[in-house]
Amino acid sequence: MLIRGVALLAACFIIGQLSGETLGRILHIDANVGGVGFAMLLLILAQNWLEQRGRFHQEMEEGVMFWSKMYIPVIVAMSAIQNVRVALSSGLVALLAGIIPVLVCLAVMPLLSKLSPKAA
Amino acid sequence: MDYITTVLVKNGLVVAFLVTGVVTYCSEYLSRVLTNKKIPGSAIAIFTGLVLAYIGGMVTGGTKGIADIQQLSGFELMGGAMFRDFAIVSTAMGASFGIIKKTGLAGIVSLFVGVILSFTVGAIIAVAMGYQDAASITTIGAGACTFVVGPVTGTAVGASSEVVAISIAAGVVKSILVTIGTPFVARFIGLNNPQAAMIYGGLMGTTSGVAAGLAATDPKLVPYGAMTATFYTGLGCLLCPSILYILVKLCFNS
Repeated sequence: MLIRGVALLAACFIIGQLSGETLGRILHIDANVGGVGFAMLLLILAQNWLEQRGRFHQEMEEGVMFWSKMYIPVIVAMSAIQNVRVALSSGLVALLAGIIPVLVCLAVMPLLSKLSPKAA
Repeated sequence: MDYITTVLVKNGLVVAFLVTGVVTYCSEYLSRVLTNKKIPGSAIAIFTGLVLAYIGGMVTGGTKGIADIQQLSGFELMGGAMFRDFAIVSTAMGASFGIIKKTGLAGIVSLFVGVILSFTVGAIIAVAMGYQDAASITTIGAGACTFVVGPVTGTAVGASSEVVAISIAAGVVKSILVTIGTPFVARFIGLNNPQAAMIYGGLMGTTSGVAAGLAATDPKLVPYGAMTATFYTGLGCLLCPSILYILVKLCFNS
């Protein structure tokens, strides 16, 4: 059933968000700490768990894959609601502080890549 | 004619689906015809989104891009945090846990390097541009991390609203730059495997920028980059108003 896949995704999403909010409260930060990350880990674990028990159906996967494919359109919509006008006009500090750190991090990227084992 | 507007507003989300679909279709066409698929259609579509946001801001003077135009207000829901996060989580389906475990250490190191490096460079720029109080320097440095870390930090350390606005703007500039730039730099920094994507996400943070940039580069890399990037915001919100603020305060006793 398609809806089972969507429900599985929704369950992981809600549990992840709640974990992120709870962690934020514990740490006294008014923010969601890694909620999306937790939800993604949960989904991967849930998928593995169901597959091992042979209870993961093709249609369930399709329910999740639909949203996965809607991802780019959602991102297009997201970029369409950013405050681009202010970002472009609120001065040199914002521009510099937005651009230079990215360039510096890019320069460090090859160094960090050496830390990780090569892709098989 | 008013009833047309009413219908569009009432069905806002569906209108947003339609407009996004048209934008995506046109972008695919342009990618094929003008650039021979060298620039991915999704990159053109995302860039078009930013242009639309700019137009929306210019026309209405509002802060929500195209969603400030009444007939297109549905974009606020479709492009909002709920749908975005839901769709990001779904991309984890099929991601390999083995690869994530293998990259673990490099991913964590890249998170710390990313937050501290961005903060430091941002803070140096703030000082160079004449800011001298610890709260402002810290907030602008945090804005160089992401547009969430900036205001969270600014509120925590008591920065002025003008400085908070600058920190948000810096974060938005970063997000836009990463969105547009990722497909172009991918070849030069070896961004073609899950490990590299995880390190990239940890280094850059800005979930929306990394996810959009990777989507335009290779959709298979999105879950890996997006996962580390979501932890970046958490780490930034943790480090900036605490340890990093104290360090800045030691340097600029105000």
